Amino acid sequence: MRFSSKATTLLILIAVIAIAPVFFPSSYYFRVGSLIFVNGLAVTGLVVLIGYAGQISLGHAGFAGIGAYACALAPVHLGLHPALAAVFGAALSATIAFLVGRPILRLKGYYLAVASLGFGILVSMVLSNEARLTGGPDGMAVPELGLRGVLRTVGVDLSNTEFWYAFSGLVLVLGAWLALNLYHSPTGRALRALHGSEIAARTVGVDVAHYKLVAFVLSAVYASVSGSLLALQNKFITPDVAGFMHSIEMVTMTVLGGAGSVLGAILGAVILTTLPQVLTIFQEYEQLMLGLVMMLVMIFMRQGLLPSIARSVRGRGE
Amino acid sequence: MPELLQFLLSGITVGAVYALVALGFTIIYNASDVVNFAQGEFVMLGGMITFFAHAAGLPLPLAALIAIIATAAIGVALNKLAIEPARGAPVVSLIIITIGASIFIRGATQLIFDKQLHRFPAFSGDQPILIGGATILPQSLWVIAGALAIFFCLWLFFTRTLIGRAVLATANNRIAAQLVGINTNYVMTLSFAMSAAIGALAGVLVTPITLTGYDVGLALALKGFAAAMLGGMGNPKGALVGGLLLGVLEAMTAGYISSQYKDAAAFVVILAVLFAMPQGLFGRKSTDRV
Repeated sequence: MRFSSKATTLLILIAVIAIAPVFFPSSYYFRVGSLIFVNGLAVTGLVVLIGYAGQISLGHAGFAGIGAYACALAPVHLGLHPALAAVFGAALSATIAFLVGRPILRLKGYYLAVASLGFGILVSMVLSNEARLTGGPDGMAVPELGLRGVLRTVGVDLSNTEFWYAFSGLVLVLGAWLALNLYHSPTGRALRALHGSEIAARTVGVDVAHYKLVAFVLSAVYASVSGSLLALQNKFITPDVAGFMHSIEMVTMTVLGGAGSVLGAILGAVILTTLPQVLTIFQEYEQLMLGLVMMLVMIFMRQGLLPSIARSVRGRGE
Repeated sequence: MPELLQFLLSGITVGAVYALVALGFTIIYNASDVVNFAQGEFVMLGGMITFFAHAAGLPLPLAALIAIIATAAIGVALNKLAIEPARGAPVVSLIIITIGASIFIRGATQLIFDKQLHRFPAFSGDQPILIGGATILPQSLWVIAGALAIFFCLWLFFTRTLIGRAVLATANNRIAAQLVGINTNYVMTLSFAMSAAIGALAGVLVTPITLTGYDVGLALALKGFAAAMLGGMGNPKGALVGGLLLGVLEAMTAGYISSQYKDAAAFVVILAVLFAMPQGLFGRKSTDRV
């Protein structure tokens, strides 16, 4: 079985999303599921940036913050419908990513890491300091999306958690489909070429700066939409969504499962989203366990969980 | 100008701590090409262990010594258990490993000790000293003197001792260093021990002023990292100057612009420095091998 193949990935994803609810004993599981999909979406964006293009960002929670606060602020101040507000947030994120990305992406490795980190921290600082607009560290309310009511009028009656499970699952499948398509497109090939060697890619005529920027802007849009979805389903948002730890979580999920494959990265989102839920009984140990998992996976499975497992399965089969 | 002087003095105090963290970064970065995001946790450990040893009845100097030695041991363990097994891993993996280590240390600290903020008495009392209309705490002088002393010792170590030169050789080219008979594993162990001990010392010195708690490490790591980058990654002189500059800059922003955005100023300047001169103030230009 080839995990990189597009149809397999999408089939597995759709099947799991559709079948899992059969085993859900309570609405709490729908809630965790939709959180997984929201994180999965951000992580899919990072697959494009980290896995395809080989660039790192420790500031992508900044874009999630922009997406989230767009849903909270645009309906109030610009009179936009919450769904349009999410689109507005995505456009804003893309614009900012475009402006910030050009100078930032000239940097490499640790320099790129610290520059993107600085950007993310600036966004979260603005969100928590401009209290008159954003409610500061206490956060602010987000209006209802209203799609559930529309569905009810056409006879589909879903509970709140069920709706968000289905809706964010759908957006995740869509996002995964786009990312997988990108992989096999000329842009995807250019990204992978510059990942392999920037100089080699430039030599064969790839506009390295342009394609890095494409990956950066795309992943920013993914993060932004993920932030919007989170805000809309929680109906409440705090600056934590843009915080440094959230950026780290996003990158960890991506690399944990395997940055090179969409499915792997989503698996990383599954693990790191459910881990704290499972560990609530051992809340004292949550940080200890999270740190340990991060270190162990990176030391012993450098390609990430899924590719490592896939390789060992394949190795045994041969 | 007592106001300006006051901001300058408090900026230099904070900057001295950033400089110590940045020096710790620099040592590990030079020896192993790893940026250790757990560097701030060493500072936290220095303060926390000293407090609890002191609270258990040990005299302060002994408590501080125990804290520094224990933190150095943790630094060595970090290298042996997490960094060495991952040698040759990509930058992203190394970033995640050291961030994982920092989260792990934080989690362990909150379990073993507690989640409270702690402080132990200043070394020479809390009576502020008047300088030209501004005041400075005696403890601030300890912090500044500590940073300068460490910088001077490091300079002596790297330029005047054989083992210091061995560390530089390892940093320059690991395989070549091995070929001329340098025990590079020992060099790595030593670098992590030194770096952790310097971090712990910073924690011991600054805790009477800023207090300490299990979660103070991350912010310090980020600032120290920024300072190291401002000065030029891997350059001890850059770490010192970068740290002091960053501290003063923050104090000026807090004083004249907005105290809420003092952290922002630091990152804005770092972004500007990275864009204008990506190698930092004292860094050398490097080229890539194809």
